[in-house]
Amino acid sequence: MLLQVSAGWGRIARWTLMAAAIISYPHFAPQFWVVNIGAYAIVLGIITLSLTFLAAYGGMVSLAQMTVAGVAGYTLAILSSHAANVGSAILPWPWALAIALGSGTLAGILIGLVSVRTKGISLLMITLAIGMIFFYLTQQNTTLFHGFDGFRGVKAPIVFGMSLREPIVFYYLCMGVGIALYAAVSYMVRTPFGIALQGIRDNPRRLAALGYWVELHQVAAFGVAGFVAAVGGVLSLWYHGGISPGSVGITAMVNILIVAVIGGLGQPRGALIGALLFVLIQNFAIDLFIRERFNTVIGLTFLVIVLFSPDGLIGIWERLRRNRKRGLRSAPNGATN
Amino acid sequence: MKLFLLATLNGITVAGLYFIVAIGFTLIFGLMRVINLAHGSLYILGAYIGYDVATSTGNWYLGLAAGGVSVALAGLLIQSTLLDRIQGQEMRQSLVAIGLSIVIADLLLARYGGLAYQFDPPAILYGSVPLPIVRAYPTFRLVVVGAAVIVGLVIWLLVYRTRFGIIIRAGVDDRPMLSALGVNVPLVSILVFGLGAGLAGLAGVVGGSALSISPGEDARYLLSSLVVVIVGGMGSLSGTAIGALLIGLAEQIGLAYFPTYSVIVSFVIMAAVLALRPQGLMGRPE
Amino acid sequence: MDVSKITRILVVALLACGLAVSAAAQTSVRIGGVMTLEGPFTVLGQEAVRAMEMAFEEVNYSVAGKRIEWIKESSDGRPDVAVGKARKLIEQDKVDILIGPMSGGEGLAIKEYAKSVPGKTILNGFSAAQETTLVNPAPNFFRFGTDGAQWQAGLGSYVYDVKGYRTAAVVAGDYSFGYTQVLGFMTEFCAKGGKVKEKIWVPMGTKDFSSAIARIPDKVDAVYVMFGGADSVNFLTQYFQAGGKIPIIGGSNVTEQTVLSTKGPFQRHIIGIPSAHMVADGIEDPAYLEYVAKYKKRFPDGLAAPSAPFYGYYVATKAALTALAQVGGDLGGNQGKFREALAKLKLDTPTGPVILDENRQAIANIFVTEVAQRPDGTLYTKVVKVMRNVNQTLGQPRDAFVARGVPSRDNPSCP
Repeated sequence: MLLQVSAGWGRIARWTLMAAAIISYPHFAPQFWVVNIGAYAIVLGIITLSLTFLAAYGGMVSLAQMTVAGVAGYTLAILSSHAANVGSAILPWPWALAIALGSGTLAGILIGLVSVRTKGISLLMITLAIGMIFFYLTQQNTTLFHGFDGFRGVKAPIVFGMSLREPIVFYYLCMGVGIALYAAVSYMVRTPFGIALQGIRDNPRRLAALGYWVELHQVAAFGVAGFVAAVGGVLSLWYHGGISPGSVGITAMVNILIVAVIGGLGQPRGALIGALLFVLIQNFAIDLFIRERFNTVIGLTFLVIVLFSPDGLIGIWERLRRNRKRGLRSAPNGATN
Repeated sequence: MKLFLLATLNGITVAGLYFIVAIGFTLIFGLMRVINLAHGSLYILGAYIGYDVATSTGNWYLGLAAGGVSVALAGLLIQSTLLDRIQGQEMRQSLVAIGLSIVIADLLLARYGGLAYQFDPPAILYGSVPLPIVRAYPTFRLVVVGAAVIVGLVIWLLVYRTRFGIIIRAGVDDRPMLSALGVNVPLVSILVFGLGAGLAGLAGVVGGSALSISPGEDARYLLSSLVVVIVGGMGSLSGTAIGALLIGLAEQIGLAYFPTYSVIVSFVIMAAVLALRPQGLMGRPE
Repeated sequence: MDVSKITRILVVALLACGLAVSAAAQTSVRIGGVMTLEGPFTVLGQEAVRAMEMAFEEVNYSVAGKRIEWIKESSDGRPDVAVGKARKLIEQDKVDILIGPMSGGEGLAIKEYAKSVPGKTILNGFSAAQETTLVNPAPNFFRFGTDGAQWQAGLGSYVYDVKGYRTAAVVAGDYSFGYTQVLGFMTEFCAKGGKVKEKIWVPMGTKDFSSAIARIPDKVDAVYVMFGGADSVNFLTQYFQAGGKIPIIGGSNVTEQTVLSTKGPFQRHIIGIPSAHMVADGIEDPAYLEYVAKYKKRFPDGLAAPSAPFYGYYVATKAALTALAQVGGDLGGNQGKFREALAKLKLDTPTGPVILDENRQAIANIFVTEVAQRPDGTLYTKVVKVMRNVNQTLGQPRDAFVARGVPSRDNPSCP
């Protein structure tokens, strides 16, 4: 009894500490660590979250989540760009933003519609094909997508006299949005929709026999993931100040999968952990290891994680914790096995 | 008329190259259900090794053999040390292959730098031959088609006319049963993977002679193999041939008549096939 | 619960790393370099590294009594990545001066980024998009190299007057650098009265050019070709294999040293191809010969001769060092003095003098060349004509030039 109470307090203390750390972080960390590591990891984490949601609860691994983010990013860039040669804003930014998020969600739904008949590797492949189609479309179309150069100089909107891209503002924006989306996803998996989705993941035929419309649930899941990815795409556009075909090319698409796998495909929180590690490696592998061969480092890290921990860093973490608990429990007996 | 004929001929000849690259990919998938996403890396590895041997010995055929054999050995190693231990977990195997391809690409870059390389094939294979209407046509492109036919025939004979082929086909149908019959399935898998990898290495030398070798070719040929094999039907030899032809023709006719969006065509075909007939044109439903 | 634990550990780790970054010592100048050390432009990035190394070694890594700290970062040719690396160098590694990037799209992106760090100075490496300095330039972005359209100065007139070509077809990469080079070529060729009958744009990512080659019309005097690196090798190989007889005019990258150094059967056919660039292997000037000798001695594993990207990064680094020496290493006041010195700099480079226009864009010599073979068998670009002090508007009034619009698939046109 006493133990439980203290555990409760400990928990509150921990959460408070974490909240304090998150809130105060940008006030003492250097700007690079706030925006280029912190905020960018969250942006990447949000796009990856859309994939881990699909993979963990729908059993569907898609390569096209970066594409969905790109659809939203391109839409916003087209509608509200201040970039050279593109002219001034076509729409007030809230409208443009709404349309961008809507088009990303719609793209998610369409990709879902096209690909729900496939599963596993085939799904991976069809989403790869869709992603490549969008990539080449943006590269080849000069009238709408501005071709190979894409859009540059896209500015984030100014709210209450503050640009959303101001370092600290952007950090809080990303953090707030990231937490909200994570909470929404965590909530959604406990709703009837989320439970049905997980049922479909485990046994689609049984759920179909029970009267569930399997494809509808799966397409809806793609829609939800599409919205999440679209939010990430918009933040990514503001972060980079532009978008170009390279942002939605095969490297970018595969990177999202790599991030998800490093973190752990089985659970949404793996997305953020994976994104953080990925961003750290991307930025510092060149400093810490052999300068010229940092891609080897990235590849080997990925390889080791896939080979030894199929559930990513989260899996390693949980195994360590379990072992420690087991170790504590078994210590009095002296049993070691 | 001349343009259409040329584009068609180009489509058929580039299909030859695609077929040689993709046939190993489809063999590996057929038996082991492994989507070997490192196939492009094996292709380029074979090309580089073949180049080293061909330039140091001055003999293109030796280069061809070296590219095939050395990559076959690399394939044996990859399957026996990495992929075999996670047999049955398709997604994980594919991810391992992605990791491998990142590492291989970077190490090759360290060794060979970023310059392009080009083989110097024997004069008899090079230059152009006179043809009606289109006047002259590159000899080597016709050689590639010939090579594709030979490779296709050899593989067909191997799979359908030998004991080893019977084992492979039995493995495709029912792995556990084959194992129960006393066949060493892991060993067969390793051999087939080596064979598929060797074909990729061979294709590297052929492709490096028809065009050139440079960093980035790995991703290009991985993608074209994926498209060809998925359109044709995973694991199907005839499907690979049909897929290669379809994609080769679509690309070249596209480049001739609507160049701006020609690069998209093959992926549109791939997405359409997957959406409407996920097993591919000649594939068997799961 | 474990979420909070993980987060806590990560936050602590981040803080530790963040605080570990010490303030830069004031006795040194930090110079960053962004170049492509991965992906298809790798060979260009390797040249960029050599270039900066050679320029720094010439001054023993010190300028105006300050030590030079050199930090380099690799991009893969994607604009987003290039900007990310530039941010890291400027905001995390605290470099004072940044040199880069390599390619056109990256250059446009970094120019936009430059506007958000007005206290730092960026010198362009090798990116050659025209828009970078022509439209909405950034006050702290300097380009001591010429752009893709400038690189073709003199070529149009040369092939019209000397070679006698009156009609041409264009086969080029379907992206902004291709459009820019074609504009540079056509500006003069069309002004002379030449006609470009057909433009064949080949999408990036095309492996097999044979059907693009099939579209080249029979009845033109020449084919203008613009591809880079391996694409260039592939195109030329297929063109000659297909029995191509119409003479070729090369865009700058077609006869670039990275292509000429590629061993292969295609080399037999490319002797005599006219082209133009901001560098040429065959310049006889003593300063240039010394530069080449130094390159060969320092980098025995390098190319047969220093390439254009080498020149781009070398000149940018030299410009930064020269201006730094002039202001005595004073980077105070948001680098105001340094930038003023840069803007007024008259830099003597191995290819002749370089000065900047009001948009901080180079005015420099351009060399019309033909591919030739040395006695040892290596290929090089022989100078046939030198265009002195070529400016960004190719000698036309700025307003008229800008009003013609950015280069595109259809601009310019003279069928």
